[in-house]
Amino acid sequence: MSPVQLAAAAATGTTSTGEAVQFWVLAVIAVGGALGTVLMRKAVHSALCLAGTMLALAICYMAQGAVFLGVVQIVVYTGAIMMLFLFVVMLVGVTSADSLKETLKGQRWAAALCGLGFGVLLIAGIANAHLHTFSGLGEANSGGNVQGLARLIFTRYVWAFEVTGALLITAAIGAMVLTHHERTEQRASQRELAERRVREGVQVTPLPAPGVYARHNAVDIPGLLPDGTTAEVTVNPTLRARGQIRDVSHDMLRRMEQLESTTADYLGRTLPPRRTVKSPRAPITAGAADEAAEAARTEEEAEQQ
Amino acid sequence: MNPVNYLYLSALLFTIGASGVLIRRNAIVLFMCVELMLNAANLALVTFSRLHGNLDGQIIAFFTMVVAAAEVVVGLAIIVSIFRTRHSASVDDTNLMKL
Amino acid sequence: MNALIPVLVAAPLAGAALLLLGGRRLDAFGHWLGVVASTASFVAGAVLFFDMLGRSTADRPVHQHLFSWVPVGGFRADVGFQLDQLSITFVLLITGVGSLIHLYSVGYMAHDERRRRFFGYLNLFLAAMLLLVLADNYLLLYVGWEGVGLASYLLIGFWQHKPSAATAAKKAFLVNRVGDVGLSIAIMLMFTQFGSFAFGPVFGTAHTASEGKLTAIGLMLLLAACGKSAQVPLQSWLGDAMEGPTPVSALIHAATMVTAGVYLITRSAAIFNLAPDAQLVVVCVGAVTLMFGAIVGCAKDDIKKALAGSTMSQIGYMVLAAGLGPIGYAFAIMHLVTHGFFKAGLFLGAGSVMHGMDDEVNMRHYGGLRKYMPVTFVTFGLGYLAIIGFPGLSGFWSKDRIIEAAFAKGGTEGWILGGVALLGAAITAFYMTRVMIMTFFGEKRWQPNAEGHEPHPHESPSVMTLPMVVLAIGSVFAGGLFALNNAFLHWLEPITGHSEGNAPLGSLTISGLTLLCVAVGVAWSWAVYGRQPVPAVAPVGSALTRAARRDLLQDDFNHAVLVRPGEYLTRGLVYGDTKGLDGFVNGLAATIGGLSSRMRRMQNGFVRSYALSMFGGAAVLVATTLLMRSV
Repeated sequence: MSPVQLAAAAATGTTSTGEAVQFWVLAVIAVGGALGTVLMRKAVHSALCLAGTMLALAICYMAQGAVFLGVVQIVVYTGAIMMLFLFVVMLVGVTSADSLKETLKGQRWAAALCGLGFGVLLIAGIANAHLHTFSGLGEANSGGNVQGLARLIFTRYVWAFEVTGALLITAAIGAMVLTHHERTEQRASQRELAERRVREGVQVTPLPAPGVYARHNAVDIPGLLPDGTTAEVTVNPTLRARGQIRDVSHDMLRRMEQLESTTADYLGRTLPPRRTVKSPRAPITAGAADEAAEAARTEEEAEQQ
Repeated sequence: MNPVNYLYLSALLFTIGASGVLIRRNAIVLFMCVELMLNAANLALVTFSRLHGNLDGQIIAFFTMVVAAAEVVVGLAIIVSIFRTRHSASVDDTNLMKL
Repeated sequence: MNALIPVLVAAPLAGAALLLLGGRRLDAFGHWLGVVASTASFVAGAVLFFDMLGRSTADRPVHQHLFSWVPVGGFRADVGFQLDQLSITFVLLITGVGSLIHLYSVGYMAHDERRRRFFGYLNLFLAAMLLLVLADNYLLLYVGWEGVGLASYLLIGFWQHKPSAATAAKKAFLVNRVGDVGLSIAIMLMFTQFGSFAFGPVFGTAHTASEGKLTAIGLMLLLAACGKSAQVPLQSWLGDAMEGPTPVSALIHAATMVTAGVYLITRSAAIFNLAPDAQLVVVCVGAVTLMFGAIVGCAKDDIKKALAGSTMSQIGYMVLAAGLGPIGYAFAIMHLVTHGFFKAGLFLGAGSVMHGMDDEVNMRHYGGLRKYMPVTFVTFGLGYLAIIGFPGLSGFWSKDRIIEAAFAKGGTEGWILGGVALLGAAITAFYMTRVMIMTFFGEKRWQPNAEGHEPHPHESPSVMTLPMVVLAIGSVFAGGLFALNNAFLHWLEPITGHSEGNAPLGSLTISGLTLLCVAVGVAWSWAVYGRQPVPAVAPVGSALTRAARRDLLQDDFNHAVLVRPGEYLTRGLVYGDTKGLDGFVNGLAATIGGLSSRMRRMQNGFVRSYALSMFGGAAVLVATTLLMRSV
C-alpha cells in the first residue's frame, strides 16, 4: 500500500489495517533512530540515525494526509538540513568520538528522571484526552493538500509567512557574519614566509611528510624519528588539533627489537638496554638531544669494544 | 487503530530528544536532538490536523520547519566559530563567557 | 520712649555682628567699637531708668511687643520685651558693669592678637544677657539663656590653644546643657498646663494649676538655675571656667551670667510662691552651695579659683534668699547687685595683680604687693571689706538682710538656715582675709619663672584702674544707698512682693551676731596667715583641706556617679550594637551571602545544566496543567 493510498484512506476519518501495520513498523524505526541519535558515540552515526527517523516520520506525515509536509520533510529536512549537519560534522571532525562518560555530577540521573517524568506526564495527558473519534481530512484536502495549504498560507497566515521570510534572511546574514573572517592585512608572500622561518629558526626546511615509508602512507600517521619516536609535526595541523593521530611507533619499535634480537647472535652483539623516550614536540631541539644521546651511545660501544 | 498512537509516538520521540539534549556534550549531536524534538512536535501537529479535520496544524508544522531551518543555519555557524577558537565542539568547554 | 528698649539689645548685638563679621580691617579700633556698643546700651538703660523713676509705681512696668515669632494656628510665640523694676535693675547692672569691664579689657587684652574677636564675644554676651532679662516670655528668655551659654563657652575657651581652657569650655557647656534641659522641660510643662509661656498668662493663672505640677515646674526651673548659677549639684564647671581671661571671669562668671539663675527664680516668684516644696529644695540648694563654695574658697591657692569659690558661695546666699519667698526676693536681688559690684571689682583687681605678675595666679607666689600696686590694693581692699560685710559697706547691708530673712523663715528651718548663713559669713571673712593677706601683705614670695625672668610687679594702666575705682565706689556706697529707707525693697516690691516674716531675733541682734562671726573669721585668718610667713609651697593639710583643694571631690563624684555609669552604658550599648544589632544584620547578610554562593553554584555556565532546569520546569508545568484540569 503506497503512502498516497494511505493518504486517501486518512481522508475518510477511519484508519485501515494497513495503516496500523505501517505505523508500528515506522514507529519502531523512528524510536530506534531516535535512540541511535542519542546514544551513538560518533556524530556521523547520530546524524544517519536521525535521518532515518526523519524519513520514517515523513512517511507518517503522508499517511496522515499531509503529503506536502511529507515531501518537504524529505527534501528540506532530510535532504538539506541533515546534509548541513553532516557538512559541519565533517568540518569539526568526522571521527572524533564523543565520550559518553558524564562529567556533570548527577546530570545523567536527573536527566533520566526528568525525561521519564515528562514522558509519563505527556502520555498520561494524551491518554486523558478522550480522542476516540476524529474527523479526518477529507473535506480539508478535497481541493488537494497543496492547494489547501497554499490557500491558508497566502490568506490567513500571510503575515506569519512574510515574517518567516524575514527570519530566513536574517539567519542567512547571521550565519555569514558569524563564519566570515575579514582579512585585515596582506597575506604573507612566500618570500616573507621563508624569511620568517629563517628568523625564527625553529623549522627552516619544509615540514617532513607523514607516513612511515614502506609501511604506511596515510596522512594521519606521523613519521618516525631515528630513535623510533613519532614526529607529530609531520601530521597536518588540523588533524593534530582534532587529536586524530594514529601512532604506530610502538609497533615499529617492537618489530625493530624483534629484528635485533633475532640477528644478535648472528652479529655477535649484546642487546642495548630498552629505552623509553617521550615523544618530542620541538623537532630541532629534540633532534639535537637525540644526536647527543647517539654520540654517547657510540662512545659507550667503543669503550666496550 | 486510533491516530492517538501517533501522539504517543510523538511524546516518546520528544522525550528521547530532550534526554539527548541533557546527556550529550557534542554540540552537533545536541543540535540533532533538538531537531528530533522539533520533529516530534511536528508529528503531533500533523496528527492534530487530522483529528480536527483542518489544515492549520500542518501550516504550523510547516512554519516550524522554516524556523528550524533558520535555527540550524545560525546554530551551526555558531558551532563552527566556537570550534575555530576552542578547537572543541563540546558544550561543556564553553562554560565561561570568555576564552 | 519705649522705642529705646530694643536698642538695649540691638546695640551690643550690632556690635557683635560687626566685630565678628567685619574681619581684620576692624582690628585697629574694634575694641573701642565694642566699648561704644556697650556704653550705648548703658546710656539707653539709664535713660529708661530715669524715665521709669518719673512714673508712678503702677505705671512703671512697660511692655513692648515687637513681632510674632512663630505664629502657628492657635499657638503663638512672640518676641516682646517687658521692662519693669526687676528688668531695669538687671539692665543697669549688666550694662554698667559690662561697660566698665569692656573698658578694662581694652587694657587687659591689649597684647592679644584676637582682641577684636574677644570684644565681639563680650558684646554677644551682653546682647544675650539683656535678651534674657528683658524677655516677656520663657521662650525668648530661653533664647537669651542659650545665648549667654554660648558666649560663656566661647569666652572660657577663648585661649583655645590651651588644652585646659578648651576642656573647661567644653565642661561648662556640657554642665550647662543639663540645666538647659531643665528649663526646656519647665517651658514644656508650662505650655501643657497654661497653654502659654508668656509671663503674664502663666503668672496670672498659676493658681489654677495643681501644686504637684507647680512643684515639678519649680524643680525644673531650679535645675536650670543650678546649671547657670553653678549651684550644687551642677557647680563643677565654675572653678574650671576661670581658665578664661580675667575680665570674662569678672563679667560673666561673677557679676552677671551666673546670677541668671537667681533672676529666673525671682522672676518665677508666682510659681515658687505656690510650691512650698520646690521652695524648700531651693533653700537647701542655696544653703549647701553657700557652704560648699566657702569651704572650697578657703583651700584654693589660685587667686581666681578662690574668688570663684567665693562667687559660688555668694550666689548660694542669693538662691537661699530667693528660696525664702517674698521674705527674701528683694534681698536676693539686692545682694546680687552689690555682689556684682564688689565681686567684679575683686576679679578686676585679681586681673590687675596677674597683669603685673606675668600671669602668675598662685597666691603663694605673691605677697607684699600693696607697695607695688597701690590703686589695685585700695580698690581690692574696699571690695574685700564689702564682701566680708564690713559695717557700712555694700556687702554689710545686703548680706545682713539675707541672714535676717533666713532667721525670719521661722521655726527650726529658720534657725538652721540662719545658722548656716552666719557660719557662711564667718568662713567668707576667713577666706577673703586669707586672699587679702597672701596677696598684699607679708613678704614678697615671687620667684623667677622657668626662663629666669623675675616678675616686676607694677601698677596697671589707667584704662584698667579706672573701672576698678568706679566699681570700688559702687562697692562702698551701693549697699547703703539701697538700704536707705529700704529704697531697694520698695523699688522691687511691686514685682516680687514682700513680707517681713517672723524673725525670732531682733534685727540688731542678728547684725551683732554677724559682725561677731565676721570678726572671728578675720581674726582666725590673721592668726593662720598673718602672724607667720606663708609657705611658698602648700603644706599637705588636713583631709578636709585636701578635699577642698580638689573642689570637695566634685569631679570625682561626677566621674563616679555620672561618667563611669555613662561609660558602662555606652559600652553596653556599643556591645549590644556590635554583637546584637550588627550581629543580626551581619548574620542576615552572611546567611543571604551563603545562600547566594550556594545558589551561584547552580549558575555553573554549563548549558546542559540550564537545559535540565528548563526541562524540569517544563515537566512541572505539564504536571500542574494536568492537575488543574483533573481537579
